[in-house]
Amino acid sequence: MVDPTGITLHGEVGAGADGGPRGPRPRRRFSRRNIFIYGTLIVVSVYYLLPLYVMIVTSLKGMPEIRLGNIFAPPMEITFQPWVKAWAQACTGLNCDGLSRGFMNSVIITVPSVIISIVIASVNGYALANWRFKGADVFFTILIFGAFIPYQVMLYPMVIILREMGIYGTLGGLVLVHTVFGMPILTLLFRNYFTSIPEELFKAARVDGAGFWTIYFKIMLPMSLPIFVVAMIIQITGIWNDFLFGVVYTRPDTYPMTVQLNNIVNSVQGVKEYNVNMAATLLTGLVPLVIYFISGKLFVRGIAAGAVKG
Amino acid sequence: MAELKLTDIRKSFGSLEVLHGIDLEIRGGEFVVFVGPSGCGKSTLLRLIAGLEDISGGTLEFDGQVVNHKSPAERGIAMVFQSYALYPHMTVYDNMAFGMKLGGGGKAEIEKRVRQAAEILQITPYLDRLPKQLSGGQRQRVAIGRAIVRDPRVFLFDEPLSNLDAALRVQTRIEIARLKERMADTTMIYVTHDQVEAMTLADRIVVLRAGYVEQVGTPMELYHTPANLFVAQFIGSPSMNIVAARATRDGEALVVEPEGGRRMYLPGAGKVVGDGPIQFGVRPEDLTISGEGQPVFEGLVTLVERLGESQLVYVERPGSDEPLVAKLPGHLEVERGARIELSANPDVVRLFDADGKAVAL
Repeated sequence: MVDPTGITLHGEVGAGADGGPRGPRPRRRFSRRNIFIYGTLIVVSVYYLLPLYVMIVTSLKGMPEIRLGNIFAPPMEITFQPWVKAWAQACTGLNCDGLSRGFMNSVIITVPSVIISIVIASVNGYALANWRFKGADVFFTILIFGAFIPYQVMLYPMVIILREMGIYGTLGGLVLVHTVFGMPILTLLFRNYFTSIPEELFKAARVDGAGFWTIYFKIMLPMSLPIFVVAMIIQITGIWNDFLFGVVYTRPDTYPMTVQLNNIVNSVQGVKEYNVNMAATLLTGLVPLVIYFISGKLFVRGIAAGAVKG
Repeated sequence: MAELKLTDIRKSFGSLEVLHGIDLEIRGGEFVVFVGPSGCGKSTLLRLIAGLEDISGGTLEFDGQVVNHKSPAERGIAMVFQSYALYPHMTVYDNMAFGMKLGGGGKAEIEKRVRQAAEILQITPYLDRLPKQLSGGQRQRVAIGRAIVRDPRVFLFDEPLSNLDAALRVQTRIEIARLKERMADTTMIYVTHDQVEAMTLADRIVVLRAGYVEQVGTPMELYHTPANLFVAQFIGSPSMNIVAARATRDGEALVVEPEGGRRMYLPGAGKVVGDGPIQFGVRPEDLTISGEGQPVFEGLVTLVERLGESQLVYVERPGSDEPLVAKLPGHLEVERGARIELSANPDVVRLFDADGKAVAL
């Protein structure tokens, strides 16, 4: 739970971060209201956790045990062989080095895409929010319009552009695509956040003699940590989970993890190895999962701070 | 010590012009207050002087040098904002030192100046705190301190007291008055909608309305000889009673008959005013019931507001919905519903022509 007073304080990460309700503890722990709330929460969480449970359990079983058909039963004999196979040995086409290659590709794609897109978008948003240059509104409208154009429309033109630039099929090409396509929504995010910072702070900094970059680095950046966290989470999960761009703009040896996962799971030859598939899927989903676990609280606060103008 | 000269300053937002050619000269070391109702353009004018907004037309000079296209820092101004505008992630010390650090001052020099300013404003114990750990009054002092540290040529205040409660406002007002004494060489411009602040702080007041300057003068000039109806009613609280009247010349004298009132004989005024309709103005504090001067109005007391040392008496006169306000000494017994007679001295009465311009008596 986020303390509502913490939301309106821009950039004050400390406020209300210790969390939890304040004041005296409610006397009746098993009131009808609590039973209803917690009951609903438990039912919903079971609904969402059950598939995860099945995946983990299955990934730890051997194939003979899976063929028995009890998908909810815990493994009689725990084996990590499927995980090893998914990571290092599973075959996709001619390559038989599992997901490890795709993992490295995804890291090489995600890290620069996230950093470059956030750096550019935050400066964009800052300029649009605080330096009302001529044509700012037109520029902003065009940028936002970009967010509403379906990706499918731009797939092929993008292929031609990348080919002409000579980076089609390379990881650099995909980084460029992710950076460009992340721009509208990220710029919007940053612009709205910077707009919510009191204008007089910006003016005070100008009176103090600070210029464009000084204000950005010394004033805006330190006050905007929550929104940077939000942008990072959106970008990391978005780019990591991306399948469409990965499959269109890369070649087999540069496939990101998601594409490789698909190729492992959907291979039509041979026996379906459910345990390996489950392990591969869990491995692929691990990165966004970890990100959410680490930064869930900051994420909520950042989103709220951007939405509530204070 | 900077002299400012504004020549035909204009400001438009898109097609909307909000300042229609402001001409003004501010002497070095002067404390000038811009006052006016909200939306009159006083804050915009201040921001133009600060360099935070582009000037649409006219020239702005500091010491004879045109600064239209200079940045705030190049103009050498410092500004105190209504919302304090302290950087929330910096300590009080860093807030005050920020401008000098950017200006490239030496570390020892910065330290000395910050400590000095903190000493003046008695905020030395808070130098290591963050703004959120301070009260409203302390924050505003830090904001003032931040401006002092920069040792500006022109010191600008944008409604600095509006966010403070009544008691703090009076206290901070006195501190600003002291600051003015201490920094006698620094030109200061202060924007407010509060006429008490304007009256108490200003060397000269600039009254603005709807993008025009209505009058410039010392507080007492504005109080005693307002240039027009607007200034007359804006300065002074409660505001001046204005009643439509008829003027008739009688030789060198003038006979004025306010609606619902009695004739008043103004010796000498006949030389400047002709016959016809006129606006008759008298301040609430100039009305008496003791019979001094000439009796002008008579009516029923509809409301009495007792303020202690004085009381505001609202008097309804026949043929008008607009009550007259009289500020009478607090010790007089005035009952609601009583019928009273209000008198005024001819020399405190103000007359305004049909356009609202004051008639010089």
